[in-house]
Amino acid sequence: MAQSLERQKAKPHIAEEWVGKVYTLLCIAFLITTIVSIVYFVASKGLSTFFVNHVSLTNLVTGLKWSPDGQPPVFGALPFIFGSFSTSILAAVIAAPLSFCAAVFMIEIAPKFGRRYLQPVIELLAGIPSVVYGFVGLSVIVPFFRDVFPGQGVGIAAGALVLSVMILPTITTIATDALAALPKGLKEGSYALGSTRWQTIYRIVLPTTLPALMTGIVLGIARAFGEALAVQMVIGNAPHIPHSLFESASTLTSAITLSMGNTAMGSVANNALWSLALILMFMTFVFVFIVRWLEGRKKL
Amino acid sequence: MNSLIEINDLDLFYGDFHALKHVNLEIPEKAITAFIGPSGCGKSTLLRTFNRMNDMIAGTRIEGKVEIAGTDIYSKEVDVETLRKRVGMVFQQPNPFPKSIYDNVAYGPRLHGISDRKKLDEIVETSLRSAALWNEVKDHLKRSAYSISGGQQQRLCIARALAVEPDILLMDEATSALDPISTLKIEELAQELKDRYTIVMVTHNMHQAARVSQQTVFFLNGEVVEYSETEQLFSNPTDQRTEDYISGRFG
Repeated sequence: MAQSLERQKAKPHIAEEWVGKVYTLLCIAFLITTIVSIVYFVASKGLSTFFVNHVSLTNLVTGLKWSPDGQPPVFGALPFIFGSFSTSILAAVIAAPLSFCAAVFMIEIAPKFGRRYLQPVIELLAGIPSVVYGFVGLSVIVPFFRDVFPGQGVGIAAGALVLSVMILPTITTIATDALAALPKGLKEGSYALGSTRWQTIYRIVLPTTLPALMTGIVLGIARAFGEALAVQMVIGNAPHIPHSLFESASTLTSAITLSMGNTAMGSVANNALWSLALILMFMTFVFVFIVRWLEGRKKL
Repeated sequence: MNSLIEINDLDLFYGDFHALKHVNLEIPEKAITAFIGPSGCGKSTLLRTFNRMNDMIAGTRIEGKVEIAGTDIYSKEVDVETLRKRVGMVFQQPNPFPKSIYDNVAYGPRLHGISDRKKLDEIVETSLRSAALWNEVKDHLKRSAYSISGGQQQRLCIARALAVEPDILLMDEATSALDPISTLKIEELAQELKDRYTIVMVTHNMHQAARVSQQTVFFLNGEVVEYSETEQLFSNPTDQRTEDYISGRFG
């Protein structure tokens, strides 16, 4: 009797388990297939520049001249690579101190007001479409730079400034979470030894949360690195390395969005754009690995 | 015995909650005073008034006086950082900083402006010796404070507190997260330290109070029910509620 009862109960569970397993397996299989196909597609297109069109990798990465319509066409992507790195790193340099200070204020100085009002406002920034950022940058920052500095106002400085506002929420949110997750005991231990609030912040809070803060910065850089539209609107899009921050320049993303409509699929110019996309993708992977590595170094 | 801490008619509120009611106490110098009582009776709250750790809890209000060596510590002239330097604290959970053993002990002295390497070395050694930890860690002072056991971490926290040369050491259930052997070590350590420091310990464990302390204060619902020599309080309590508590009828 007892045995048959057990069997009756056990059956539907086996079915549930099986359905659950198969369903989740299908989902993950779909995800993996999609990712692998995208990577394969971008890689095959991007690599054909080298294997089909015989453009050398060194020339692409270190070449200074980008002229796909020239006779013969030249594909030097260094100006784009330089533009991408300089705008996103500069954006992080501007945004990181602001974000950290905002996070410290929200968690350590005015926790009630901060978490209730400031954090939602900062997270709101993340929801603003990038075209709006670009438009504001074009209408406010570019004219301002044009008036104050020599040049057209467009360029790396304008791009970095727009990007820095865009990545503020990313870095601030991660920094805020890291500060909030700090065990209360650590701060109490520091206060109990007679430290002031600032001493506790820079001797205990910041060093302990440093890996998480770095994670925020890297994710911010990754976001800035991949951003296309807003940057394209304010950077000027001249395919060379500028001599100043206020001179027209280009990034990998802006080069792709600007030219992709003008090239025929399968042409060498089109393949070269895919190579730029491949570089972008590769860099994103690098950022993800850096984040993983930093997470592993967390002290708590 | 001279009393070092004097509490006069102290009331403490967390918002609307009346956490301490008309507390009057005198805590003697260079002895161990134990605070016992059920959870939420106010014993930790009172302990935390001695180094003003309650200041950090929003909505805390205090009436009455807490005097340490004759100074009202809640008066405006008192500098909280200086007060906390004189009144060290060890917490329920060992809370070493994510730094090396050495840097943990040197943290306090560095805060207060000592940067001379030789002087720091000396302070670290003396403090670790006082906390009976020196022999166990002297060969790996550079290792992370997280690499040692919980009991050692708690003694490290004691060493860290001693490094700023306090007069008073507050122990807020400092052994409740530790195993019996580590607990015994901390109790022995407290016995040794009481000749040099005034120790106030909050404990859940009545046997610990009976073993270690010279004076015991019994709290109930924010009030001091009974305060006397430890032996007296445990063998011959004057209040019925104290007797009920120590005989295990509640709590």
